[in-house]
Amino acid sequence: MIPSEFEYHKATSIQDAIAQLGAHEDAKLLAGGHSLLPMMKLRFAEPPHLIDINGIEELRGIRLEGDTICIGAMTTENELIHSEILQQHCPLLVEAARLVADPQVRNRGTIGGDVAHGDPGNDHPAVMLALDATFVLHGPGGERQQAANGFFLGTYWNDLQEHEILVELRVPVIKKGVGHGYSKLKRKTGDYAVAGSPVVIELDGEVCRDIRIALTNVAPMAIRAEAAENILRGKVIDDALIEQAAAEVLAACDPAEDLRGDVLYKSHMAAEMARRSIRAALLQARG
Amino acid sequence: MAKQHVSFKLNGKQVDALVEPRELLVHTIRETLSLTGTHIGCETSHCGACTVDLDGKSVKSCTVLAVQADGSELKTVEGLADAGGLHAVQKAFIEEHGLQCGFCTPGMLIRAYRFLQENPNPTEEEIRWGMSGNLCRCTGYQNIVKAVQTAAKTLQQA
Repeated sequence: MIPSEFEYHKATSIQDAIAQLGAHEDAKLLAGGHSLLPMMKLRFAEPPHLIDINGIEELRGIRLEGDTICIGAMTTENELIHSEILQQHCPLLVEAARLVADPQVRNRGTIGGDVAHGDPGNDHPAVMLALDATFVLHGPGGERQQAANGFFLGTYWNDLQEHEILVELRVPVIKKGVGHGYSKLKRKTGDYAVAGSPVVIELDGEVCRDIRIALTNVAPMAIRAEAAENILRGKVIDDALIEQAAAEVLAACDPAEDLRGDVLYKSHMAAEMARRSIRAALLQARG
Repeated sequence: MAKQHVSFKLNGKQVDALVEPRELLVHTIRETLSLTGTHIGCETSHCGACTVDLDGKSVKSCTVLAVQADGSELKTVEGLADAGGLHAVQKAFIEEHGLQCGFCTPGMLIRAYRFLQENPNPTEEEIRWGMSGNLCRCTGYQNIVKAVQTAAKTLQQA
């Protein structure tokens, strides 16, 4: 199994990568390659040009800027796991990265690739929604910022414009009074989630000031379960409210039936993942 | 498609090859450089039979392009033994019967070699997590875990 023929180009900088995207029609960026290369081997994708962005140092690394953590798009899953900044200020991302694929894949796979690729089974899009992340995108027209909420438009379809590159992902530091939960059901190591749900809760005393419930692999793209969030926002969350919210999560699901299960099973699993994450997030937010 | 020249260090020796851009690293290693210890299993980056050590990290060579290895340092299972004999990881797999049919073994060995540098004194659970990218279809995991434990002890004493 080998990909069909393509021309290989190595980009040396972000500017160079944008220029090369413009110069080569239908070119694809090669990040970690652990979604793209398997698709190319199966001939689901046959880009005539690959632009390798692995050599661009400015796309790597994690730094703290005030209350914001800035993550280079080419930071690998293993680098997320071992980042002291994330362990201390955003453990949700560490927890999520630990459940992505396997050790070898985590050495190559990048957070930016996972977010930009567009497979509904990718884990980071929902995590970015739960964290209310902002993406920094560079294109021929310069730099712009786009909220994660609104970026994911469908399967293999997002708000990236022509010849634009995802350069950096910015997430807020998780502060006191804020808790997170992450639950993912998968059949085995290396498989995509049957369903996954990252949740972030912000408490004001006992009252839920804000909550974001996101879902992985139960819709054409990562989604927020907004109706469920609306049930919990502004309330003192108890078991009865969690059950109402779980019913709304169930209603929000629109998964594709496959070997991982049918529509009903996957939807129920998503509701259960959300329940567990809400409880974990609450516990943590209460300190 | 025009071939590209790549040059990398393979088991300590500088090697050169002409490769098509679409050529996968595992094919270059096996077919061009004739080192067939690295196996091709699933070809979909699940099974880990094709695991090699690329710049000090375990990767699945069926999902890396040969052109991406240009300028790198590679180690395959053939690079584990030295003049002093088999590597501690290899000895441990023999001692603990860490293989049945042996197909997954090269990948297991080169992954265990790297894992024990990442975590020299692992718990059983950490071994299972660290080796989770390598599948054994004989399901001989019990002895594979034991072999990694034994190798860890030997390497710690060395």
